[in-house]
Amino acid sequence: MNLDTNQLYVEAHEADVFFAFEGEISSERINVILEEIETKTEAMRIELRLRKKVYNIMVECLQNLYHHSDEVPKTMADRLGKSYGVVVLKRKKNTFMLTVGNFVSIDKVKSLSEKIEKLNSLSKEELKEMYKFILNYQKLSPKGGGGLGLIDIARKSGHKLSYQFSQFDDMYSFYKLDIVI
Amino acid sequence: MDTLLIEGTQKTPTVRFDASKGLVEIKGRSIPENSIEFYKPLVEWLEKYAVEAKNQTQVNIQLEYFNTSSSKCILDVFKKLEAIHKANSGVTINWFYDQDDEDMLEAGQDYESIIRVPFKMMEVEG
Repeated sequence: MNLDTNQLYVEAHEADVFFAFEGEISSERINVILEEIETKTEAMRIELRLRKKVYNIMVECLQNLYHHSDEVPKTMADRLGKSYGVVVLKRKKNTFMLTVGNFVSIDKVKSLSEKIEKLNSLSKEELKEMYKFILNYQKLSPKGGGGLGLIDIARKSGHKLSYQFSQFDDMYSFYKLDIVI
Repeated sequence: MDTLLIEGTQKTPTVRFDASKGLVEIKGRSIPENSIEFYKPLVEWLEKYAVEAKNQTQVNIQLEYFNTSSSKCILDVFKKLEAIHKANSGVTINWFYDQDDEDMLEAGQDYESIIRVPFKMMEVEG
């Protein structure tokens, strides 16, 4: 298919954009983004509870991109560089909508979809129990990812996660996750 | 034994572990990309402290933010404290949270239900 990441970026960019970024997610980049989010949410006097949710979910999403984003398909690497992520945060009154996108290899699509479907099927209490179980019984991966990121995002969001995979070629898919905060 | 002092940064908390006072404090933010590295000396310090623990150990955890990668490491710290508590030394964990920050309160309650050490939920007025 003909995936136009720029179009995706522009579409997500249309209205009420609070923050938007596309490009390589490095540790330093994460610092810069988080600082901007913090400064903006404080300046706009967003209530503390919501401000912290937004910040926390941003941290998890950015670090997910940092740890798990797969390399950019070769045919796109000229334009996008070696690693690529899209982050768009929009605001509508007292609700934020966060969209994150990145390339994943096709063999991860099934397990990732199943994981999100599973989380979406759980109640608040079940998500809490699942979080505690994984926290207590599963080891940290060498990358430092705890396997807890998505569950934490689902818990703090309090809404169902919506996602989309757009197949790019026979090796890669573009993964987009929408989170209501 | 030496006091463990670590200055906080944008992504890591301020740490003060003082054996002579029986005081264990972690304050600030804990959102590093790789938390294992940061928490390793904390866990090692507690292993040594366990041998000469005070009758009472006060633990103050006052985090503004922590990521899921840190959450496992914080649990490791608590498990060391649980072992000290089990060995007949009293440990109390004071979990501080901002008045309006339900997520942080809930995170404390998650730990409280896993770790067999008395927790005190300490509300801080914003």
